[in-house]
Amino acid sequence: MAAIASTEQSGTSVPAPAAGAAARRRSLPVWRWAILLIAAAYFLIPLYAALKFAGFKAFTQVVGYQDFGSAFALSLRLAVIATVLTLVLMVPTTVYVYLRLPRMRRVMEAITILPIVIPPIVLIIGVLKVAPGSLLGTPNLLGLEYVILAMPFAYRSLDAGLRSFDVKTLVEASNSLGAGWPTTLWRVVIPNLRTAMLSATVLTVALVLGEYTMASLDNFQTFPVWIVNFEQNSGPVSVAASLLALFVTWILLMLIVTVGSRSSRRRGFGQVTLFSVGAGGAGHTTVGEPE
Amino acid sequence: MTTNTAAGAHTSGGALGAAGSGAGAPVVLRSLSRSFGAVRALDGLTLDIAPGELVALLGPSGCGKTTALRIVAGFEAADSGTVTVDGKDVSPVPAARRDMGMVFQSYSLFPNMTALDNVGFGLRMRKQRAAERGKRAAALLDMVGLSAQARQYPHQLSGGQQQRVALARALAIEPRVLLLDEPLSALDAKVRLQLREQIRGLQQRLGTTTLFVTHDQEEALSMADRVGVMKEGRLEQVATPGELYSRPATAFVAEFVGTMNRVPGDYSGGDEVTVLGIVAPVQPDHALVPAGAVDVLVRPEGLTIEAVPNGNGIVTDRTFLGSLTRVSVLLSGDVAVKVDKSSPAAANLIPGTSVQVAVDPAATVLIAARP
Repeated sequence: MAAIASTEQSGTSVPAPAAGAAARRRSLPVWRWAILLIAAAYFLIPLYAALKFAGFKAFTQVVGYQDFGSAFALSLRLAVIATVLTLVLMVPTTVYVYLRLPRMRRVMEAITILPIVIPPIVLIIGVLKVAPGSLLGTPNLLGLEYVILAMPFAYRSLDAGLRSFDVKTLVEASNSLGAGWPTTLWRVVIPNLRTAMLSATVLTVALVLGEYTMASLDNFQTFPVWIVNFEQNSGPVSVAASLLALFVTWILLMLIVTVGSRSSRRRGFGQVTLFSVGAGGAGHTTVGEPE
Repeated sequence: MTTNTAAGAHTSGGALGAAGSGAGAPVVLRSLSRSFGAVRALDGLTLDIAPGELVALLGPSGCGKTTALRIVAGFEAADSGTVTVDGKDVSPVPAARRDMGMVFQSYSLFPNMTALDNVGFGLRMRKQRAAERGKRAAALLDMVGLSAQARQYPHQLSGGQQQRVALARALAIEPRVLLLDEPLSALDAKVRLQLREQIRGLQQRLGTTTLFVTHDQEEALSMADRVGVMKEGRLEQVATPGELYSRPATAFVAEFVGTMNRVPGDYSGGDEVTVLGIVAPVQPDHALVPAGAVDVLVRPEGLTIEAVPNGNGIVTDRTFLGSLTRVSVLLSGDVAVKVDKSSPAAANLIPGTSVQVAVDPAATVLIAARP
């Protein structure tokens, strides 16, 4: 459980540096600072308390514990599988629905919300029923389940991304210049959907690194499962493990965001932050305005 | 991906060769119809465009002009009718292989590419080698006066610059037909004027057959060789700008193009109408108008005005237009008209002056049923 809570925390703490950068560029009214401080205190004080309780020694102990490496590797592997599959499935689907079946968008929205509503155990049984035998009992199956879990977030990111530029006109322009569908998707749509795809990636990775229920039901020792199992042993060490999970997730997400922003800023898109896609609007209008 | 681009390259070979000779292709739209649900967007549209000609489709929004253009481009399919380019029916050809350059209303540049790469995109699809492509794209950017902006991304360009890049991009593939979908409507007035001249100049220089869709009559009249005025999916009239203005075929055309007055008149049923005390010959578009009380359509320059005591109207306002002054007059019976008068002669027509307004016997008048 601690792992799940910590990923959520890490998710909210990612935009903080961006807010700091904005503060440096223009002077914010006092009340904004007050809110920022209160919010920061809300997140940082428990972290600080946990750090103090665990002590530095506990961290070195955690890493040395049995199965730490394999559990962490499994989670990373699942994150990669889930992200790649999600993007490969969702990008063409979302673009197709957006362009060709605009009336289906509401239906898509309803369908993609299902994984949030349906209890994990039902999803697992459903996947087990249809999964080919060769996948049963392998972690890849869990990867497939994570694709389903990530669908709501990926769809929303991508849909918001598509709404941020005039896809229809760009696709038609590309067509009229002689590009067929696959070329148009690859050279025109995907490069402009980059921010949304990054956002979908970040959300999927965060989800996979924090997911406990499905992994434990499927009997796989992912990183969050490992932490929960482990926590029952000793106080400071288990707190250190939770903190480690938080930092690792946070660093990973920051890495994705930084790499993504660097290449997209060069082309004048808005800075990629976790939640910027929906609100940011057209990427090219937000140049130099991180807010 | 490979199949598509290869196919694109295949068609482009011939097209580039053909366009290289500088001659545009004749385009014929034959009986095009298209419905969207219950709405008939196009209702048997027929239009011939000569090689190298610029034809503008002009009409209010919803008249079907954009649908017509999109059918020519291959983005929409007609329910019935054909589009032929250079004598060949292009209906089964997908948009990507029609070799038509298109400039869109909204900014359609690829945001992820520089101006140069945008212009080179079509050439890239035609498998032209990078060096050659770069050279040609640079030449086209130079042609629209944007060499200095070659390395900039669309968001770094102004609206007008973006549309110029879009024009260069459309022309880079040496299209058989150039399609312009309200390319100036998102720009401010001054830029619009410059770009209008630039587009027309380039089009004439290259001799590209061009179909231009606009709702702006000034744009259509100033740029096109011929203008087709559309209403409810049909062409009301196709004519040169001058003809359209001076001899409109229908009341709709007359009122859509230029300023038009509606004055009550009395129609006997023949070729003449009585209006403001004179009998004037009417244009032959009176078939549908029943005899009796009608509205007579006459342009501001088709009316005469003299300051007289106890005339049939009173000057309410006047607008100085340079050599001409447009005088607003309220006629008896609450009819407001606009009359053009040379500015020196209009000097004494201050608001409140009693005037006599009459129809110039030489003026073209049309009649329309009273609404």
